[in-house]
Amino acid sequence: MPKWSKALLWIATSLLGAVALATIALHRGEAINAMWLVVAAVCTYAIGYRFYSKFIAAKVLALDATRATPAERLEDGRDFVPTNKWVVFGHHFAAIAGPGPLVGPVLAAQFGYLPGTLWIVAGAVLGGCVQDFVILLFSVRRDGKSLTEMAKSEIGKLGGFVAYVAIITIIIVLLGAVALIVVNALKDSPWGTFTIAMTIPIALLMGIYLRRFRPGKVLETSVIGVVLVLLAIWEGQSIAHHPTWGPAFTLTAPTLAILIIVYGYAASALPVWLLLAPRDYLSTFVKLGTIGLLAIGIVALRPTLHMPPLTRFVDGTGPVFAGKIFPFAFITIACGAISGFHSLISSGTTPKLIRRETETRMVGYGSMMAESLVAIMATIAACVLQPGVYFAINSPAGVVGQTADAAAATISSWGFPISAADMQVLAQAVGEKTLFNRTGGAPAFAVGMAHIFSNSLGGQAVMAIWYHFAIMFEALFILTILDAGTRVGRFMLQDALGHIWKPLGRTSWYPSILTTSALIVAAWGYFLWQGVKDPLGGINSLWPLFGISNQLLATVALCVATTIIIKMGRARYMAVTLIPLAWLVSVTFTASYHKIFDSNPRIGFLAHAAQLSAKAAGNPTSEVSHLILNDRLDAAVTGVLVVMVALILIESVTLWAKVLTGRRQLHTRETPFVMTRWVEERG
Amino acid sequence: MKLVRQITSTLLATLREIFDESAYERFLARHGVASSVSSYARFCREREAAKARRPRCC
Repeated sequence: MPKWSKALLWIATSLLGAVALATIALHRGEAINAMWLVVAAVCTYAIGYRFYSKFIAAKVLALDATRATPAERLEDGRDFVPTNKWVVFGHHFAAIAGPGPLVGPVLAAQFGYLPGTLWIVAGAVLGGCVQDFVILLFSVRRDGKSLTEMAKSEIGKLGGFVAYVAIITIIIVLLGAVALIVVNALKDSPWGTFTIAMTIPIALLMGIYLRRFRPGKVLETSVIGVVLVLLAIWEGQSIAHHPTWGPAFTLTAPTLAILIIVYGYAASALPVWLLLAPRDYLSTFVKLGTIGLLAIGIVALRPTLHMPPLTRFVDGTGPVFAGKIFPFAFITIACGAISGFHSLISSGTTPKLIRRETETRMVGYGSMMAESLVAIMATIAACVLQPGVYFAINSPAGVVGQTADAAAATISSWGFPISAADMQVLAQAVGEKTLFNRTGGAPAFAVGMAHIFSNSLGGQAVMAIWYHFAIMFEALFILTILDAGTRVGRFMLQDALGHIWKPLGRTSWYPSILTTSALIVAAWGYFLWQGVKDPLGGINSLWPLFGISNQLLATVALCVATTIIIKMGRARYMAVTLIPLAWLVSVTFTASYHKIFDSNPRIGFLAHAAQLSAKAAGNPTSEVSHLILNDRLDAAVTGVLVVMVALILIESVTLWAKVLTGRRQLHTRETPFVMTRWVEERG
Repeated sequence: MKLVRQITSTLLATLREIFDESAYERFLARHGVASSVSSYARFCREREAAKARRPRCC
């Protein structure tokens, strides 16, 4: 393509993106089409990828296509395998895409569609994509070392320790939060519970088929599994109305929580791979399929957004979670904009598959753009709902009232008209008894998705099927994250305890497996139970806690990245990681301050504990005492994390000052340069 | 037509990588064995040990 036509193409892309951004930012009054969000996002990603990531690749990181990657040098056909860049891209995207980019944007939609959309797009292009890209490249240049190892070797022992604590805390809080989302989605829902329960025998059947009849044919087996799951969803509606099975699958939140805790323990401590591995494949298959389907659905159907660009809740009085737009919108949406967890994937399997250094740009930066687009789709799914419906689903009873009429009256008084009768009709349409107080984001996302699809494919008659498909999809892969996360947490704990007493570090020693599994499950189970018992719905406390810990891990990752950039002698470009780092520090530290010390009991943990204490007038019941303890524990966890990240920041800044003033020599821990054997192939 | 074939084969290769089919083929090549119930069981044991330590993103 001639140079001038390329220039014209990029000018047109920029103009289109600018028009789309202006439309979503300045439009007031009438509802707008969801495609404006998609166009604004895609144009910004295109510009970001073409220009910003190319600048980082060329100037900051100086990617070198002639340098052999660990996949080439250490190729063993098992962990280190040079792989086609598109294949690595898909593999990496499948690993980073989880429930976060779906749930966070749905919760943040309480501020309107505008804040979330702008943060998702800008946060990804300037922060999340950069973090994933640079950490991937730095890991590639260090033989695929993990973030913890890089923090230890580049910053110091404290860096490694903080990264370790941040990771294990995130895993625990994450598992507690996502388990609560499943509980809230399945409580009093026999259809949903039956469908999820059926995935257990289906996975076992898949396991037997895979191991006995068609060894290694995972794709074929997964297709069979998906067909069986679809049949289970179809059958779920008759089960829900069955006089015996219906009540048997109608479970309360505490019962579901106990079942999930038992499941998590069994999955970690018992050799149940015949169940877990096929479920993992099934979950990935459904996840990729649903994300693809949702993308096609939004582009093909171009739904209208009913949520206003900004709601009155930007002032911090939101019912879904309390807190002002700054900093809470920025910790609620983590995975779609910037997620510290991604740095673990970028320094895990992916660097061992990269064939050429130059491909880290597409894999690291590009995959995060795709994840960000998923978050935009989740925003759309939430914002196509009438705002009254959105708030009725996502608001806890403790805020809007215990009865349907009270909740409808409260929500209508905010200027989002809804009636109990309207909600009843909607609940019947999706095959549920009620949709009030279904906090956690998953049910709202499912209703939004069902709303988008039922407008064309099958009409209102199949809305219930779409809804339960979405619920099954979210619950299935959250449960997969639960069992995988529990095992990862258990291994990390075993590694740490092995330093205290060697046998505890032996991953095959059963007493150690049972003990460490119990410790990890007890930790996230505690948060889950706390969420189930919380009168404010649990998500109000747990999701910000998860967001804070995830963004604090991103802070650690960006500290490591900035340190390496400075040590590489490229301090003049350190702003590419320093600016997102400064932003994250201001967001997470402000959010942590508010979550601990804010005088509003709906925001501050300590204020809430004090309020409960005052209400009990010195004679609290055991339940109230427990709520007070939970608040103090949440405040302590937040405080410890912030102090630790502050320490790593201080250590990093001190190191940067020494290097920049010449008091410490520039010395990175890169693997020495080796020429790729493919250099001749390329000429 | 060539482009469609190329896209399809890349997509299939990606799915085979994500779903461990390629890893199984590499395992068979590495050990010089044919696909069978017992070799798949061995592959699963090796794969499970590695997978269990891999964090899953949120």
